[in-house]
Amino acid sequence: MPKYLRSLLALATVSLCVGALPAQAALKVLATTPDWAALVTELGGDKVNVYTATSAFQDVHRVDAKPSLVARARTADLVVATGADLEIGWMPVLLQDSGNTRIQPGSPGYFEAAPLVHLLEVPSAVDRSMGDIHPLGNPHVTLDPHDIATIAKALAARLALIDSANAAYYAARGDDFQKRWQQATVGWEAKAAPLKGVGVVVIHRDQAYLCNWLGLKELASIEPKPGVPPSAGYLAELVTKLAATPPKMILRNAYNDPRAAEWLSQRIHAPVVLLPYSVGGTPEAKDLFGLFDDTIKRLLAALK
Amino acid sequence: MAKLTPIAAAIVFVCLVWPGAGHAATDDLAALRAELEALKTDYTSRVQALEARIKQLESAVATATTAPPVYPQPAPVAAPAKGSNAAAFNPAISMILTGNYASLSQDPATYRVAGFIPPPSGEGPGRRSFNLDESELTVASNVDPYFFGNVTAAIQGDNSIDIEEAYFKTIALNNGFTIKGGRFFSATGYLNEIHSHNWDFADQPLVYQVFLGGQLAQDGAQIRWLAPTDYFIELGAEAGSGRSFPGTQRNSNSLASDALFAHLGGDVGDSTSWRLGVSWLDVRSTDRTYDDVDQFGAAVIDAFTGTSRTWIADGTLKWAPHGDPTYHQFKLQGEYMHRTESGQLAFDVTGVTGRNLAGDYNSSQSGWYLQAVYEFVQRWRAGLRYDSMQSGTPRIGLVQLGLLPFAAFPSLASASPERTTIMVDWSLSEFSRLRAQYAWDDARATERDRQLLLQYIFAMGAHGAHKF
Repeated sequence: MPKYLRSLLALATVSLCVGALPAQAALKVLATTPDWAALVTELGGDKVNVYTATSAFQDVHRVDAKPSLVARARTADLVVATGADLEIGWMPVLLQDSGNTRIQPGSPGYFEAAPLVHLLEVPSAVDRSMGDIHPLGNPHVTLDPHDIATIAKALAARLALIDSANAAYYAARGDDFQKRWQQATVGWEAKAAPLKGVGVVVIHRDQAYLCNWLGLKELASIEPKPGVPPSAGYLAELVTKLAATPPKMILRNAYNDPRAAEWLSQRIHAPVVLLPYSVGGTPEAKDLFGLFDDTIKRLLAALK
Repeated sequence: MAKLTPIAAAIVFVCLVWPGAGHAATDDLAALRAELEALKTDYTSRVQALEARIKQLESAVATATTAPPVYPQPAPVAAPAKGSNAAAFNPAISMILTGNYASLSQDPATYRVAGFIPPPSGEGPGRRSFNLDESELTVASNVDPYFFGNVTAAIQGDNSIDIEEAYFKTIALNNGFTIKGGRFFSATGYLNEIHSHNWDFADQPLVYQVFLGGQLAQDGAQIRWLAPTDYFIELGAEAGSGRSFPGTQRNSNSLASDALFAHLGGDVGDSTSWRLGVSWLDVRSTDRTYDDVDQFGAAVIDAFTGTSRTWIADGTLKWAPHGDPTYHQFKLQGEYMHRTESGQLAFDVTGVTGRNLAGDYNSSQSGWYLQAVYEFVQRWRAGLRYDSMQSGTPRIGLVQLGLLPFAAFPSLASASPERTTIMVDWSLSEFSRLRAQYAWDDARATERDRQLLLQYIFAMGAHGAHKF
C-alpha cells in the first residue's frame, strides 16, 4: 500500500508545481452558452481562450454534468453563466467537483449575467405543480440587446479585474463593442418597428425578452406550463382559443422539437418561424450581431 | 502501522494544498495575508477606476449617438435586498418517495445467488405485493467557506432508518483536490456512487448485490485529484473502517477498507460522451457470518475471516442528438468485477452440529453486467440488462484435508448465475417516474424466478444536480 501512496504523493507534488507555474498567456473561460462565449470573445479577443459548454441545439435546462465539462471547470479562470437557476441541474456538480476555488460563486472567477438585468416574469409564488418554473424569474435573458449591453459592461470590468495585466486591452475592446452594439441596436429597432404589436405564439417562455423588446404580443405558449410538453387535448384547445385572436406567426427555437409547432401551424394557418435563439442556431447567427440580424430578418420575412 | 499511512497522507495533502493549515508556516502566512490585503485594496481601486470610466463612457455614448428610444434600463443590482431572515441559511432539503408492487414466481425468502458467500443484506428482489421502499431524505448545504455537508437518510419501509451517506467535502482546496470524510458511497465502480432513485433499473446488478452487498458505503475518508487537462482524468484513494460488506465491523484501530480508483472521460463530437474507470478495493473482515445448510440438511452458521480484493472495470457511454437529452438519449453501461478472497473459513461457528472447525479458504470469482437504456420518445425510456456471474470452485482447507465433504458447503458449489431484465419507464416530469420491469432471474441453482416489478419514484424539494 505505501507504494500507491508514494505515487499519489508524487502526483500531488507534480500538480502543485504545475499550479505554481505562471498563468498561461490566454485567460481560460468556461461559458455555459454560445451567447456568453460570443460575448467573451468580443470583449477578450485573443487574450481569452473560451470553451462553450453547450450549443444552440441544446436545452440549457437539461445538460449532463459530463466528464469533459468537469475537466474544463478544473482549469477555468472564469466561468460565465446565465444564473437565475438556468444551469442548476449541472453547474453545481461542475463547481463542486472542479477542485478549483477561482470559479466558486462569490469569487471574481464566477460571473452570472441574470442578476445584472431586470428579470421578467418573477413569480410571486412557486410550486412544482406550476411546471419547471424559475423562482428568480425568466432566465432566458439573451434576446434583448439592451440587456446584452449592460452585461457586456460588467463582463468587460470582470475580465479586467481577473487579468489586470490586460485591463487596458479589455477596456478598449469593451468601449469598441459598446459603440458598435449601440449603433446596431438603433438599426435593429428601426428595422423591427413593423413588428410592434404583432401577435405570436411561442413554445417555451424563452422568447419573453425578445417579445418585450420588440413589442411582440405573446398570445399563447405551446407548452401548457414551463417544461411540460403539450397534450393533444391542450393543442386542440389552443386552436379554438387562437381562432378569436389569430397570431401572425409561431416562434420556434433551433433546439425545439418542430412537431407541435408545425401541427398548430397547419390548423391556425400561421407560419412557423425558426429563430436561432443562440449564436450558432442558424448558419447566419455566427456571432451576437449575426444572432440579432438574423432573428429580425426572419421575423420580418414571416410578416410579409 | 501501515494502515495508518492513508490518514497521514491525507494530513500531508491538506497541509500542502490548504493555505493556513500548515502551522509551521506562520511567517509565510502573515506575509501572504499582507499580500492579499494589498491585492484587495489594489483591486478595489481598480474596480472603482473602471466604474468611473464606464460612467464616463455611458454619458459619452448617450450624447454621441442619435438618441435611441428611451428604454427602461435597470441599474445593475448586486443582490436583491432582503430583510434579515434566519431561514435564508436553511440547507437544501429533498425527499424521495419510492415504492413498488412485486410479483415473484419464487419465494423471495429463499433468494440466493448460487455459488457465492451471501452478503448480510442487499440481495434479491425484495418482498412480494405492495411495498413501501425507502423514503430518502437529503439535507445538504455549504457549512462555511471551506466545507460542504450532506446527509442522506433512508427511512425504510420496515420503519428503520439507514444513514446512507453523511459526509463533509472540502470546497476550498485548489489544484483539483477534494477531500471527503464521514460515511459516503465509495467511488469504486460506476453505479456505486449513484443513489437508488437514479438507477435505470429498479434493482442493482447481481454483481453489485453479491460483491458489494448492493452498494458499498465507507466510513472513512476519500481524496480525489482532478488533472488539469482537457480530458477528464481523476485519481482517488479511500480509507475506511470496512464496516460494511464485504468487510465487517471489527474491534481494531486499523483501517480495513482501502480503495483506489481512476476515471477517464471525454466527448466524441457534440452528441457522445463517455467515462471509463478502474478501481481496486481491498477489504478485511473478521467473522463475516452467513447461513448455510450442511450435508445432512442441518442449518448452520459459517464464517469467513480474511481479505477480500476486488478489481472493477467500468464504462459508460451516453449519446443524445447534439447532446440534448430532451427527446432522445441512449445510455450504454457495463461493469466487470473480479474478486479474490483468502483467509479462513469456519464451519458451524455456533456448534449446533458439534463440529466447529476452521481451515483455509481461497476463492477467485467474477461477474459483470451490461445494460442499455434508450429514450425512444420524450418521457419514455426502455432498457435491457444482462447479468452474469462466475463463482468457480473455492479451495476449502477443511475439504482438502478430508475433514468435511464439499457438500457441507452447498452455498459454495460452483455456479454460473445469470439474469435478463427488461424495463420501461415513463417520466411525466423531471421529478416523477413510473417504471415497469420484468426479469428472468436464474440466480438460484434450482429454479428460474420470474419477477415483475412496478415502481414509482417521486422527488420533492430542492433540485439536486446529478452527476454524469
